[in-house]
Amino acid sequence: MWEYTQAVHDHFLHPHNAGPLKDANAVGEVGSLACGDALRLYLKISDAGVIEKAGFETFGCASAIASSSVLTDIVIGMPVDEALKLTNKDIVERLGGLPKEKMHCSVMGQEALEAAIRNWRGEPPVPHAQEIGKLVCKCFGVTDAQIIRTIRENNLTTVEEVTDYTKAGGGCGECLDKIAEILATELGKKKAERAVQATAKPALTNVQRMQAVMRVIAQDVTADLSTGEAVELVDVDGLRVTLAITSQKQEALRQKIEALFREKIEDGIVVEAR
Amino acid sequence: MQTVYLDNNATSAIAPEVREAMLPYFSEFYGNPSSMYTFGGIVGKKVAEAREQVASLFHADASEILFTSCGSESDNTAIWSAIMTQPEKRHIVTSCVEHPAILNVVEYWEHQGYRVTRVPVDDLGRMDLDAYAAALTADTALVSVMFANNETGNLFPIARMAEMAKEKGILFHTDAVQAAGKIDIDLTRLPIDMLSVSGHKLHAPKGIGVLYIRKGIIFRPFLRGGHQERGRRAGTENVPYIVGMGVAADSAVRNMGEEQTRVAALRDRLESGLLASIPQSRVNGDPEHRLPNTTNISFKNVEGEAILLMLDRLGICASSGSACTSGSLEPSHVLRAMQVPFNYAHGSVRLSLSRYSTAAEIDYVLKELPPVIATLRKLSPFKD
Repeated sequence: MWEYTQAVHDHFLHPHNAGPLKDANAVGEVGSLACGDALRLYLKISDAGVIEKAGFETFGCASAIASSSVLTDIVIGMPVDEALKLTNKDIVERLGGLPKEKMHCSVMGQEALEAAIRNWRGEPPVPHAQEIGKLVCKCFGVTDAQIIRTIRENNLTTVEEVTDYTKAGGGCGECLDKIAEILATELGKKKAERAVQATAKPALTNVQRMQAVMRVIAQDVTADLSTGEAVELVDVDGLRVTLAITSQKQEALRQKIEALFREKIEDGIVVEAR
Repeated sequence: MQTVYLDNNATSAIAPEVREAMLPYFSEFYGNPSSMYTFGGIVGKKVAEAREQVASLFHADASEILFTSCGSESDNTAIWSAIMTQPEKRHIVTSCVEHPAILNVVEYWEHQGYRVTRVPVDDLGRMDLDAYAAALTADTALVSVMFANNETGNLFPIARMAEMAKEKGILFHTDAVQAAGKIDIDLTRLPIDMLSVSGHKLHAPKGIGVLYIRKGIIFRPFLRGGHQERGRRAGTENVPYIVGMGVAADSAVRNMGEEQTRVAALRDRLESGLLASIPQSRVNGDPEHRLPNTTNISFKNVEGEAILLMLDRLGICASSGSACTSGSLEPSHVLRAMQVPFNYAHGSVRLSLSRYSTAAEIDYVLKELPPVIATLRKLSPFKD
């Protein structure tokens, strides 16, 4: 179960300014059914450029509805120039925090606000159009511009965080490398940290594995041993290799050999000391 | 506020008779069943009795019953044993709607170089038997297909699938965690080699599982060490839980008729009532071949987590295949495999009953759920 704050519960169960606004002169839409959440934000903006009223319709989870509700509270009475400076963090703060996996709900609120103000100014809607930035995540329609903005505003440092905040990469995963590249550029690093799944080495038969184990012991392990230490192969049972290890530091040696086997022979090998 | 518990596919209440039977083995009879003296021997006898009770549930022999710590351990053990005893075979067949306890284990072996075929399902969640037949090869070490699906309750044609595997000399394992205790599984008639069970889904406590291993199947232990369970699973027996598992199996045998009649009737009333009172709703699954206790219903244009939280306020416990409830960003792999449209998949709710479910509880849900959907639909920007 998600740990939602009382504010999230309150706004979800008793949303403020819910429903369409009949006299709205600005509408911003983000998200889609396929994405799993969507927000249509309605604003009534005065000639002087002050947001007088707001309303919303949201499809999504509790945090999406709560983010929409709190967003309307924040912007009512606010000049549009000031509203454009709001970030998703302002929404999160008013809610007393959101689970990190739900941060994208607050980003959606900020994007809807921006879209609504652009609509009022007669500009084309931005977030999902291609003219600003290139499409990175096809599953959720996220552009590089959105990703960069979210990274900067929230000081994100990992690909997982980018997915939590923007959803990008949370579908088929094809764009994870692209996200890592964007992140790396943003962080000024060559390559962002990402748990790259170890590429599986070709599977071995038990006999091949046993031969490889014997070879590595003869060539690499034995040469490295101190006086009084000895390593003997006892059994190879699938990926489980049993060795007789004579050493003062048996466990350390076992770990070293296991790492060596995994590097040179097969990823899944487990070494047991007898 | 009353609690209306309709999430029995997630876990179930410990039956009072199960709890009562367990209690003396926490305090009074704490002997080790393997010991030579009488104080241990009486405990050993009780474990043997529990083994008989579990065997009876599946029309099996007590020697074919292995006690484990949970369904996941049973699944891991079955796959491990099949692979370790047939090192020359490097292919596994499973389905795309399995529980993570199978899917993630199979994926692990895939990373170790095994070839995996995941049999697809149609839009009702029915297994594609042509694809299944085509997947079985001389290189196939194991078929692992669930008896019943946890999300939809769908029952798969396990008899036929096991028969087809047997014809080709392929080991057949089934994860029967959802089916065990709810429908009769007769292992004298089904050519199943291994079958996994989880105690807490059939009114035993969490922390006890069973793996059935057909006599004559070559087996390799997953957990090594002592000689317990006739050398097939090391670790001192979890006696109170084994006793509880036995009593739960015995209760399941006696209550199975009720599952098929009263529980099924309650489920049908709940399902048809919701479909009738909530427009644009649909059942996910195969109405012809389902567990008697499960219904999975989708409500168009609303989101599952929001439904669950509103139900929670009303004391109703249910679960959802929506993206938001799991922390992933896409709806459940089962609903996606069934190609449930997105506008329905996000708004799915699973309601799973038990023999403790009452007509009053069903009436309560039938009264409270429609307004929840109406409220959320009013908030939603999608109206059609």
